[in-house]
Amino acid sequence: MTKMLGTRDVYGDVLIELGTGNRDIVVLDADLASSTRTAKFKKKFPDRFFNMGVSEQDMMGTAAGFASAGKIPFASTFAIFATGRAWEQVRQSICLPKMNVKIVATHGGITVGEDGASHHSTEDIALMRVLPNMTVIIPADGYEAGAAIKVAAKYRGPVFIRLSREKFPVIYPENCEFEIGKAKVHSIGEDATIISCGLMVHMSLEAAEELKRDGLSVGVINMSTIKPLDIDAVLDAARNSGAIVTAEEHSIIGGLGSAVAEVISENEPVPLKRVGINDKFGMSGSTADLLKHYGLTKETVKEAVHHVVKMKGIRVRD
Amino acid sequence: MEADIEKLKNIARQIRIDILTMLVESNSGHTGGSLSATDILTVLYFYKMRYDPKNPKWEDRDKFVLSKGHGAPALYAVLGRAGYFGLEHFHTLRKLGSILRGHPNSAVTPGVEVCTGSLGQGLSQANGLALSARLDNKPARVYVVLGDGETDEGQVWEAAMTSAHYKIDNLCAILDNNGLQIDGTNKEVMNIEPVVEKWKSFGWHVIEINGHDIKAIVDALNEAEKIKGKPTMIIAHTIKGKGVSFMENKVEYHGVAPTRDEYERAMKELGVS
Repeated sequence: MTKMLGTRDVYGDVLIELGTGNRDIVVLDADLASSTRTAKFKKKFPDRFFNMGVSEQDMMGTAAGFASAGKIPFASTFAIFATGRAWEQVRQSICLPKMNVKIVATHGGITVGEDGASHHSTEDIALMRVLPNMTVIIPADGYEAGAAIKVAAKYRGPVFIRLSREKFPVIYPENCEFEIGKAKVHSIGEDATIISCGLMVHMSLEAAEELKRDGLSVGVINMSTIKPLDIDAVLDAARNSGAIVTAEEHSIIGGLGSAVAEVISENEPVPLKRVGINDKFGMSGSTADLLKHYGLTKETVKEAVHHVVKMKGIRVRD
Repeated sequence: MEADIEKLKNIARQIRIDILTMLVESNSGHTGGSLSATDILTVLYFYKMRYDPKNPKWEDRDKFVLSKGHGAPALYAVLGRAGYFGLEHFHTLRKLGSILRGHPNSAVTPGVEVCTGSLGQGLSQANGLALSARLDNKPARVYVVLGDGETDEGQVWEAAMTSAHYKIDNLCAILDNNGLQIDGTNKEVMNIEPVVEKWKSFGWHVIEINGHDIKAIVDALNEAEKIKGKPTMIIAHTIKGKGVSFMENKVEYHGVAPTRDEYERAMKELGVS
């Protein structure tokens, strides 16, 4: 039985670990501390925890002030409020002066579930990726999340880390490594490569395994850093397999799929299919129903691989 | 410390000259709101605040946030005169590659603590700076100047609640209450009154002064330092364009630089021969 772990569930413990070693770590939340798991830090270090109330814009500005004074603030709320409600505060107060603020947002994507479109976050990667100086990370499992948060604390500059409400199957060992901007290449494929992030990584690994039975050699890359994108890994995949599928729990506009499309179309044009949410808002529903409805499944990824392999066959060659 | 009022008045006059000189050379920028905040910034930088221009990152320094970032020429004038950078930079305002951008940017200008310009964000940043000083048991105080039109922004009131909730008493805000915003008077565009009652009801200690009376600014800043358990808001009643008769209380001088002719006339009024 695969172990299940939420990427948000490691966050509170990692914060305590970071806060124990470094008095400059401060944590801010916007009245969602129990959901984001920052409440654990609050309990341990109440003097370094600041509940800002339901005011995400003020939270981002205050975090920038802390960073300007040399602190390492972690600001947390749900992903859509961190990136959407407070976007311009993140832009001016944090990214423009390259303030050392870590925005760790939970409830990314549609796996928020029943709360519906108002609380889903299917545009956050696009919103953060467009900002100069920003680093954008989506861990693929709980252990990668822990490693990424610790690396982000050491890195100097703004970082956005998107975590999920839902528990995912664990892919990596507890002490796994994480390097900003370095993709995890699980396998190299001759027929196609799936580049994915977040909860789509474990689905992509299963899809590649099943595609073997169809006689296809399919590589899988976990692109947990969306920005700066590991361009070499993308170009290697394009050259090795000549076809790419991207898979993400985000709109197909502006996220990982767009980032990959930008790189390959300018450097190594190969057939591409983006699996993601097709320019729609979410609905209410169980996580399983929503993933199926919006086509974020292993089956959709497999279909996309077949599609790009077919496109490869009909490409005009010189 | 006893304030030398005459000396401060002379510095303020020089700051006004610097602002207008910067603006006429850049041929763009915000004249009216720079001049209305001049006396406040002069008293802060040449009487009240503790800082070391040769060591801009001195850990115990007092910190200043110009939340109404379009008043940047006034900030650059006091920073330059305080010795944060050479006065030759005044001639580069708003030009490509200059350290003096259109709005304050901490990444490029010595003495600037945070980025402002998009309105409503400075008080939140000031809260973060003040809470950091408190966590570190530093004596530093944080000063922030807000525009009156700026307080139309909702984030200002989120931040106002934060300052009071966390009893941030090493924070002093000053409202540059010149009564005008881009599209007209505050009363026409968006009424902010009753401004004193609003800040009081948000849990602030409020002091009301004439924002061009140097002695009154000195006294208000000294009073603010003694207030414990709550933040202080100094409502400074000011005149947009103060110091140049034909610019005073004129909405038209919000976002434009003086022409060469206007500049010459202004210099005469300020006693430059």
